[in-house]
Amino acid sequence: MSGKPRLTYCNGRGRMEPIRWLLAAAGVEFEEIFLETREQYEKLIKDGVLMFQQVPLVEIDGMKMVQTRAILSYIAGKYNLYGKDLKERALIDMYVEGITDLMQMILMFPFSPPEAKEKNLDSIKERATNRYFPVFEKVLKQHGQDFLVGNKFSWADVQLIEAILAVEEKIPAVLSGFPQLQAFKIRMSNMPTIKKFLQPGSPRKPPPDECYRETVLKIFRK
Amino acid sequence: MAGKPKLYYFDGRGKMESIRWLLAAAGVEFEEEFLETREQYEKLLQGGSLLFQQVPMVEIDGMKMVQTRAILSYIAAKYNLYGKDLMERALIDMYVGGTDDLMGFILMFPFLSAEDKEKQCAVIVQKATSRYFPAYEKVLKDHGQDFLVGNSFSWADVHLLEAILMVEEKKSDVLLGFPQLQAFKARISSIPTIKKFLEPGSQRKPVPDDKYVETVRRVLHMYYDMKAN
Repeated sequence: MSGKPRLTYCNGRGRMEPIRWLLAAAGVEFEEIFLETREQYEKLIKDGVLMFQQVPLVEIDGMKMVQTRAILSYIAGKYNLYGKDLKERALIDMYVEGITDLMQMILMFPFSPPEAKEKNLDSIKERATNRYFPVFEKVLKQHGQDFLVGNKFSWADVQLIEAILAVEEKIPAVLSGFPQLQAFKIRMSNMPTIKKFLQPGSPRKPPPDECYRETVLKIFRK
Repeated sequence: MAGKPKLYYFDGRGKMESIRWLLAAAGVEFEEEFLETREQYEKLLQGGSLLFQQVPMVEIDGMKMVQTRAILSYIAAKYNLYGKDLMERALIDMYVGGTDDLMGFILMFPFLSAEDKEKQCAVIVQKATSRYFPAYEKVLKDHGQDFLVGNSFSWADVHLLEAILMVEEKKSDVLLGFPQLQAFKARISSIPTIKKFLEPGSQRKPVPDDKYVETVRRVLHMYYDMKAN
C-alpha cells in the first residue's frame, strides 16, 4: 500500500474536484480510481465500502471516508489549512459553505434540461456577481491581506480560486468590477502547489462534457 | 448584552432546527427573533447582518454567523461535542453528513403540493430504511457502545436522534427492524438536556404547517413552486 490518499469517483469534476484541489494545494500526492461502469459501482456497494452508497470515496489514513464536506474538513485540519483557532475556523467554514452553494449551481448545470440552461446560466451569473463575489471582494478590501482568513493560506482561499475559475469558464468577464478578486486570482494561481495543479498533466479535470454527463447518468441511474 | 446566542429565523423548524437541538443538547440557553414580515428581513439585509443575504443567522461570541453547517460546527467544537481528535471529528462529520442528507428530503416537504407530498413521503421512508438507518444501525452494532463516536456523547448523536424523530413523524413504525436504533433513541432521549428539549414548552418547534409555509414565502419571496425528489 502506497500510503497516498486514494480517490474513487467518475473521471470528471463533480463533487470530487474540490477534494483534488485541496489535496493539490496542500502538496499531497494522491491516486485515483475512475468509475466507468454500473458494475464497478454496484461492486463497491456490495463490498460495503460506501457508507451511504455514494461517492466521493476517499481512502485516507486507514479510513474509507465519504461525504465531501467531511473529507474536505479532514484534509484541511490535517494539513493546517483550517485557521489557528475556533473563530478562524468559523470564518473559513462560513466562506467555504457560501462558495459551495455557488459551486452547487455549476455542479448541477450539465444535468439541467436544454431549455433550462440559459436561465440557469443567468442564475449563476446573478448569484456570483450579486451575492458571493461582492462578499469576498469586501473581505479582501477591508483587511488588505493576501488571504481570506487570518493572513494565512487556508481552505477558504483554495475553494474561492476554484470557484472563480469555474465561473469564469462559463462567464469570462465575470470578474470585471472585482479588482480585489482579480488580484487574488493572480496571487493564488502563482502559489507553487496551485500553479502546478493548473498546468496540463495535473490531476485537475476538464469542464464536464457530454461523455462525462452520460457516464454519470449510466452509473447512477435512479 | 445578554451573552446568550441569538437566533434569527422563522418561527418554525427549517434549517434552524438542528441548531436549536444542538444548543439545547449542550445545555446552552438561547434567544430567538422570529421573522414574520418582509420588512424585518429587508432590515436585516440592509443592516449588513446576513453575509450571503440568507438566514439562519446566529449571533454568538461577537460574530454574526450564517451557513447552518458552519454554525453547527462552531457550537459542536465550543461545547466539546466534536470528538477528541481529527479522526473522531472525521467520523462525526461523515455521520452528520448522512443525517443532513436525510433531513434534506424532509426540509422541503411542507412546500410541496398534496400529490407531491405523498410521493416525497415514500422517498423519505425508502431512503431512511434502505440507505441511512442501516448505516447507523451497523455502526452501533459493530462497536456496541452507547454513542456513535468515541464512546462519548457528540453532535452526531444529537443529529441522528433529530432525524429519527422527524422520519417517525412521517411513519411512526419506521424503526421496526432497527433494534439498535430503537435502543439508541430511548437512550439519547433520556439524556437530561435532551429530555428537557423534548418536553412541551421548550424551544423545539412543531411540525411545519401551512402558516409556516406562508410566512417563509411571504418573507423570502421564494419557494412557490417546489417539486418532489
